Amino acid sequence: MSVFRNDAVAKVCGAAKYADDYTFPGMLHAAPVYGDEVHARILQLDTSRAAAAPGVVRVLTAADVPGHSHWGQLEHDLPIFASTHLRSHGDVVALVVATSREQAIAAAELVELRCEPLPAVTDLRQAFESNQGCAGTDGNSARTLGKHQSHQQKLVYPEKGSNIANHHKLRHGDVDAAFAHCTHRLQRSFSTQAIEHAYMEPEAAVVVPRSDGVLEIFGSMQHPFSTRQFTAALLAVPLSEIEVYTIPVGGGFGGKDDTAAVVCARAALAAKLLQRPVKLTYLREWSMRESYKRHPYLLDYELGLSSDGRILAARIRMLADSGPYLSVTPFVTWRSIVHCCGPYVVPNVHCDVYGVYTNNIFSGAMRGFGSPQVNFAIEQLIEIAAQELDIEPLELRRRNMVHQDCITVTGQRLSGHTVSLSQALDSVLERIGYHEKRARCSYGEGDELYGIGLAMCYRGMSLGSEGTDMCSAIINGQFDGSILLETGIHENGQGSESAMILALSEALGVRRERIRYRRGSTSSIPDSATTVASRGTLMGTSAVVCAAEKLKSQMAKTLAELLRCEPEQVEFRDDALWGGATEEGQARSKLSWDEAVWQLYLRQQTPFAYANFQAPAIDWDEEHGQGNAYFTWVYGCQAAEVLVDKRTGKVRVTNMVAAHDVGKAYNPPMVLGQIYGGITQALGYALSEDFLMKDGRVQSDNFHKYRIPKATDVPELTAIILENPDPASASHAKGIGEPALELGAAAIANALHAATGQRFFSLPMKPAPTPSERSQA
Amino acid sequence: MSLRINQREVQPTEEQASKSLLDYLRDELGLTGTKIGCRKGICGSCVVLVDEKAVRACRTPLRKLLDAEGDTQVRTIEALRAPDGALHPIQQAFIDAGAIQCGYCTPGMVMSSVALLHRNPKPTREQIRQGLAGNLCRCTGYQQIIDAVALASERMESADEGE
Repeated sequence: MSVFRNDAVAKVCGAAKYADDYTFPGMLHAAPVYGDEVHARILQLDTSRAAAAPGVVRVLTAADVPGHSHWGQLEHDLPIFASTHLRSHGDVVALVVATSREQAIAAAELVELRCEPLPAVTDLRQAFESNQGCAGTDGNSARTLGKHQSHQQKLVYPEKGSNIANHHKLRHGDVDAAFAHCTHRLQRSFSTQAIEHAYMEPEAAVVVPRSDGVLEIFGSMQHPFSTRQFTAALLAVPLSEIEVYTIPVGGGFGGKDDTAAVVCARAALAAKLLQRPVKLTYLREWSMRESYKRHPYLLDYELGLSSDGRILAARIRMLADSGPYLSVTPFVTWRSIVHCCGPYVVPNVHCDVYGVYTNNIFSGAMRGFGSPQVNFAIEQLIEIAAQELDIEPLELRRRNMVHQDCITVTGQRLSGHTVSLSQALDSVLERIGYHEKRARCSYGEGDELYGIGLAMCYRGMSLGSEGTDMCSAIINGQFDGSILLETGIHENGQGSESAMILALSEALGVRRERIRYRRGSTSSIPDSATTVASRGTLMGTSAVVCAAEKLKSQMAKTLAELLRCEPEQVEFRDDALWGGATEEGQARSKLSWDEAVWQLYLRQQTPFAYANFQAPAIDWDEEHGQGNAYFTWVYGCQAAEVLVDKRTGKVRVTNMVAAHDVGKAYNPPMVLGQIYGGITQALGYALSEDFLMKDGRVQSDNFHKYRIPKATDVPELTAIILENPDPASASHAKGIGEPALELGAAAIANALHAATGQRFFSLPMKPAPTPSERSQA
Repeated sequence: MSLRINQREVQPTEEQASKSLLDYLRDELGLTGTKIGCRKGICGSCVVLVDEKAVRACRTPLRKLLDAEGDTQVRTIEALRAPDGALHPIQQAFIDAGAIQCGYCTPGMVMSSVALLHRNPKPTREQIRQGLAGNLCRCTGYQQIIDAVALASERMESADEGE
């Protein structure tokens, strides 16, 4: 399997320049000043001592902001500079700018802040129940009103009268009537933890004022357009006055949006006011303290089944901890509600998902985006149900799982693409030898406990009803035959640029070596939204294919006469244009790519094409949570094997196998890399990672207090790529980033049950040590 | 008092000598291939070779490496290519095995691999995992990194046999 990465040599030689690697003459250094309260009213902010410290050039606060001191993707509530209130331990009140970084950090200690502490809301359930004096909640929680009156006054935003940030509803069928017909009912609750993205490169920004008034940003962020919006809002300048460049980024996983943009925006304010280059590089401690996390969830499920193993009804409530800022909580929770029943057809569903304000570090986008939490619950529930009905879990899955042309819980018919869930399931079962191994599981018997388990999913691709979904591509052919390519998708390390080059090479039938990916900037290509939602390959390669079709059509029309054929007969392959079939026995006329672009030049034409790929339409009824939520879907399955030391409770994952349908794999080794990386993040989610706060104060501030998997924690991994080309995508490719991550914790949970005989309802899962009988005696 | 960094003798000033090796490399010599991940000696992004042993530059005071003879040898990722520009077999194997994603852990990972194969030219996959347990990567799940080191070991062995 050949590997192509356009950035590989630079990265393996240490030549790739990340944000902190940039320096400019006269560059200043900045450091943030944290408020150090969890919830408080700011009484006085005094920067005079800091401003007088050695090397300090200026101390910036909200008072220096010409535009919006607070911004956000949906609500403008995230403080770039807090001025009246502190609502989390990560809030920043000032930025010290000095000649050296050491001086900036030293002076940050001298900023004096006087606050009046306010009650902090840090428990998700209590935060939700504090709303019960208010209107607009569901019947279930109203019943608990009396018990929890003590929480009534604890509000993150007293003026809102409620801690509810947002509420999605899904009403499908008639749940009450359906439950009445169910022979089996089960109720279970689950909880999940806050997760740090733990990208290896902490946030960093270098901002350089240009002589024409434009600010150039070199930042560690995954969304240049989002960064530009935050910066323009803070500075009150038009978008055209900020130019954000694509440079290598040391990982993102959804985590380098809001906070990374804020870091860039703060540096930009300093650069603009001081008219000098300014660098703001985060320490790991600042990064972990301030950056948003994956949402902690509380999930309450009630399932109703018939005696023949059909899921007839589901009643579900989920609470998602938003922290004090909204970020993309309404989008994350929307994905949760669409996927609330996992990959199963359930005809009657009543689901409520609430985003809830607390004073914890805020939550935002992270790879998985509201799915890993749901899968952890539903993929265990299906097995619990099987056990109660005495049906083989795989059989119960097969009876209920989504299939071609079925109707999902949002009323969407799954059609127009291959519904490949059973293919994914069968591939994994066969590769791992599931049936034989399942028969050997320990269920708590023995000293070293063995278990195997699996989980499966379907996932809506791209943004769905979250926002306008489109992506641009520009092909700029040169007259020497070389080609410059650019798209609105951002290289975050996943290899998107390489995938785009391969897609263009295939679409134009030219050698890959002709194509160079142009370093993008927000000023050179239209805003194509953020590189999120596993949409990079799907939207980016589709835009590339659409632009290539335009270019081919132009070239064919112009050169058909030379090729002695009709334009529609021109073929693009083997680095050349070929005329249509002529008389028998005669060689086909041909123009090499080099000749073809020269002939265009002679005809006053440039080999240039722009295309904007528009995602196919979707529709959504927010009142009932019904509609065609996503224009296409992907399917996947993962299985895990575990060994548990019964005495110590220590878990070792010994094998994992995954199968995912990606539509079409342009760069198979990079698809495998996405799957391996996703599985490994899920392994941490399942067993070791837990972002700890104590009464809202950050405890996990570096890698010794937040354990991500090491090479020795991960088993040999097997990934199977399934390809069912998808007509909804112009390139037939879909996505893999998030599906790869969202199953592992659920698969490991089921394997742990098979090993220990116990269910684990909260993450991370930690089997209790069992003292040996001898030591008990 | 001096040392050799990438074959070149350097004589840090007294002020520079009080820095960590990491800050000296990046800020004073402009060798930014060595990355900063945690500054606590946990993540391995800053691993360089000191006399062919893998060392965390963030936890290494520069002063410790200085002496009158100046014979301590530091090698960073920038000096791994052959003089003719050819990639080191480990660098080439990282590319060929698809071991690179965001690339931020890559320099430290490559340098740890060099040290690993220096002390154990034919490691098992389990020994490779143990040898790289001090280098965190959040992108790859390590699978293709282990593949890369195994591939490099194979290629280096057959190159030795060829000589």
